[in-house]
Amino acid sequence: MAELLQQLINGLSLGAIYALIALGYTMVYGVLRFINFAHSDVFMVGAFVGWYAVNQWRIPSGTILSGLLVLGLAMGVCALLGVTIEKLAYKPLRNRSTLTVLITAIGVSLLLQNAGQKVFGANPKAYPALFPTSQFHFAGVMVSSNQLVVLVVTILLLGGLHFVVHHTKIGTAMRAVSFNATAASLVGIHIDGVISFTFALGSALAGAGGVLYAINYPSIDPFMGTMPGLKAFVAAVLGGIGNLPGAALGGLLIGLVETFVSGTRASTFRDAIAFAILILILLLRPAGLLGKLRVEKV
Amino acid sequence: MLPRSQILLLASLILAGVVSAFSGNMDTYFLDVAMGVGISVVLASSLNLINGFTGQFSLGHAGFMAVGAYTSAMITTTLGPKFGWSQLGLQWVLFPASLLVGGLLSALAGLAVGAPSLRLKGDYLAIVTLGFGEIIKVVLQNVEAVGGARGLVAVPGHTNLFWTFGTAALTVYVVWALMNSTYGRGFLAVADDEVAAEAMGLNTTRYKIIAFAVGSFFAGIAGGLYAHLKGYLNPTGFDFNKSIEIVIMVILGGMGKHVGVIVAAVVLTAVQEPLRQLGDWRMILYALILILLMILRPQGLFVWPLWTKKTT
Repeated sequence: MAELLQQLINGLSLGAIYALIALGYTMVYGVLRFINFAHSDVFMVGAFVGWYAVNQWRIPSGTILSGLLVLGLAMGVCALLGVTIEKLAYKPLRNRSTLTVLITAIGVSLLLQNAGQKVFGANPKAYPALFPTSQFHFAGVMVSSNQLVVLVVTILLLGGLHFVVHHTKIGTAMRAVSFNATAASLVGIHIDGVISFTFALGSALAGAGGVLYAINYPSIDPFMGTMPGLKAFVAAVLGGIGNLPGAALGGLLIGLVETFVSGTRASTFRDAIAFAILILILLLRPAGLLGKLRVEKV
Repeated sequence: MLPRSQILLLASLILAGVVSAFSGNMDTYFLDVAMGVGISVVLASSLNLINGFTGQFSLGHAGFMAVGAYTSAMITTTLGPKFGWSQLGLQWVLFPASLLVGGLLSALAGLAVGAPSLRLKGDYLAIVTLGFGEIIKVVLQNVEAVGGARGLVAVPGHTNLFWTFGTAALTVYVVWALMNSTYGRGFLAVADDEVAAEAMGLNTTRYKIIAFAVGSFFAGIAGGLYAHLKGYLNPTGFDFNKSIEIVIMVILGGMGKHVGVIVAAVVLTAVQEPLRQLGDWRMILYALILILLMILRPQGLFVWPLWTKKTT
């Protein structure tokens, strides 16, 4: 029982990070209808910003306040990066075929990874302790403070996102563009602005996810984004792509499943499990758990 | 009298055989590059059928290549020493049979991966095939029977100029013939407008799956050729970067263009060795080429006519 509870905690904290990344995929898909391959590398950059903040820019670490400062910094840099990528690479391709944009996104992803290897170095880097670390034991379950940080920060960010999307003007615009871009532009919504804002929001969440991922895992490297990124994408499809609560739910589910599989004998195949889920969901319920099937109109 | 295309195929097969027979005193470095070029043409042409003509997007060509490579290498290394094969029998019977089995298994894998993802519209195939490539790598690294992470060594060097160029000619011919058949019309219709194609009564899923399976089949055969050219196999050799290399050949040559893609495959493979000196910059260069090409010249570099006036 204690072990089950332990796995549940571990799974939730991993799933929370997947949820943060998945939201970025699903939001961009909502407004632009394409898979932003570079998203997983924005996540990687977020983790590195945290590393540089402590090791190069001498931001003190180890207190909750400084930890939050680093987190905010990573989110800001990633938001900026996301908007830049959108402006330079995706905006010239508006109204071109999805395939063209998809290939560009893969190019951006490759560029970030390999330029990252040049700038950051290929060797894995040990991650500093951003937040004060301690461990809590109760009822045979061990919870590290970092896991608590992940859960609390994720809940706060999700709450903030919900507020932005449902209770602000730009959030309403986002939902309008996602629902019908042409109609939205007809009623005077500035589409490009909304798209930029969506990228900023999604990338900031990915940046936060990068830092949170890194504090729970010992080291980071320029190619660290690929696997979490793919799993987060699977999470977005599982929840129903384009659907925000779906992405959060999908992230948590993928995290839980992966943690429980890691605990069994099949642990070497834990990276494969996400894709098995993807293929299953595409076969059984392609719209995802919470999504609605869109009928394509001509 | 045979149609012109079949005469061309026969002629290139004979040419490959003749050149191969006299390849004994050729420079080994040149031979290596030449055979690499042949394999690249097979890979690029077969991927062109999926990513170009049919308008889908597979990112797992290296994964299917790995299936074919490991299958055929396992066949020749386990069955080769048994049954008292003569050298000729090894190279002209067992080897092509192993290539064929590798290709078929690869096509089967293509069916398993493609069937669920191709039923849907959109970019799911890209993610699923990308995931497939990663899974194949993980599985190969964990199965000790095929060498695990150390790789499979001592694969006999059966690949020669005839097999590589013969397969390349055959692949190009099959893709060309397919595209000039009713199937080809179907593939093009799917690529142009899936909704319209469906409205015309086309079973779009079926066409997509056929194109994907045929493409995977040839990727598997190319894998077998690669295995018996290099002599050793390592799971990491079939990673995402390898898939991207093939994708770049297709995009650079022009998606859905026969000759352009072949030219791109030849050029990119020939300059690969010099480019290796660039080290990490090579992938950065590839990435920039991809982005700039999509923005400036999405139809591909080697597309005739080279310069056209903008018509929009």
